[in-house]
Amino acid sequence: MKFHFKDKAITGMMVVVPEQERLFADDMRLFNAPENRSRKLALVMGYRAHRVVEAGVCASDLAEHGLRKLFDEGKLKSDEIDALVYVTLSPDHFMPPTSCILHGKLGLRKDCFCIDVTQGCCGFVVGLLQAFQLLDQEGVEKVAVVNADVISRKVSPKDRNSYPLIGDAATIAIVENREGAGKVFADVRFDGTRSMALKIPAGGFRQPCSPDTAVMSADAEGNERAPDNLVMDGTAVFNFAMADVPPMLADLAHDAGTDFAGIDKFYFHQPNKFMLQKLAEKLDVPYEKMPNNVVENYGNSSGATIPSAMALNDADVLCRETKRVCFSGFGVGLTYGGIVMNCGNFDFCETINYPNKGE
Amino acid sequence: MKEKILEILKEIRPEFEFAGVDDFFAEGMLDSFDLMTLVSTLDERFAIKIDGTDILPENFMNVDSIAALVERSPKR
Repeated sequence: MKFHFKDKAITGMMVVVPEQERLFADDMRLFNAPENRSRKLALVMGYRAHRVVEAGVCASDLAEHGLRKLFDEGKLKSDEIDALVYVTLSPDHFMPPTSCILHGKLGLRKDCFCIDVTQGCCGFVVGLLQAFQLLDQEGVEKVAVVNADVISRKVSPKDRNSYPLIGDAATIAIVENREGAGKVFADVRFDGTRSMALKIPAGGFRQPCSPDTAVMSADAEGNERAPDNLVMDGTAVFNFAMADVPPMLADLAHDAGTDFAGIDKFYFHQPNKFMLQKLAEKLDVPYEKMPNNVVENYGNSSGATIPSAMALNDADVLCRETKRVCFSGFGVGLTYGGIVMNCGNFDFCETINYPNKGE
Repeated sequence: MKEKILEILKEIRPEFEFAGVDDFFAEGMLDSFDLMTLVSTLDERFAIKIDGTDILPENFMNVDSIAALVERSPKR
């Protein structure tokens, strides 16, 4: 589906990462693979360190921490928020929606529209599109798009496929109407025939959690996980990203009246360094224009990786200048999409820690 | 070129002998992560850019298929 909007802007960005950091050098001791082989892989994929929550911490805790800091510093007022779009694959509960829980904790207005969006890798793109549609409503001027996940709590530490690259984070993007900001172009696509390429089999109604779903077993490559854990068909997801994402982006650029050379920066979902380098090569985009360092610093935090890439690499620039950017997310669903828009002159763009409680 | 490819394979999985094997994946000699390491090393050593859509097991089954892929991949 293609979308066109006018005069929409991201005016501020806050990234919250857990203070707790795990190093790949420690992670690999749990893998069924020789250390030498794991080290080689780490260089290719960008495994070094990742931020993961302590036991019992939920994604909304990170989001609440960030929003309260914005309130305390006068960068945002709770009664200014016209809508809260909460994008997550790790809700606090099945019921109630986590956006409603945050609404209560933060004292948002009763007419503040709250919605949970179940999306992951493409979650920042989808969340922004929700915000843009809301901003087209009369009287809606400021939307908080929160991308928050704690997927580390669902990944087996003995799964070399997934554990080293997973990170936790919450990001808050403030999105507003801004006259003169320019046109926004977007394209989002789905392929549900491959929806099981990325899944957590147990925990929903199809396969409720039980003692049986916690039983670990090894796959053909020696990775150990249970039905309660995330499982990814890495080859299928990689091939999907290489084959389907570039044509979608080419269509998007054409629709936006540009080519890739006309884009200043590509802020893409951060699955791993290798995939992003191959995507950059496929699009004939210099590596410098497509940051790929979120995994090695924070880990892959699902929908939060695009804001994380922006804050990690270009916080100062995004507060001073306006750039023509392309956002793209691809993964869970399988969902893949992109946005081309002008982006910059943020009121704030920062990364903070969610402190360890040590419990 | 084939000797260089065999050297690279040996670096990644020193416990195996790759010469004369028809299918490295069927024999359990390479897995999906070894494939990423192999592509990255081939890119670097041969100064090429293997296209992401060519990163399929069938293009890396044996030394001959890898050599063919290296030959047709664009130079850096």
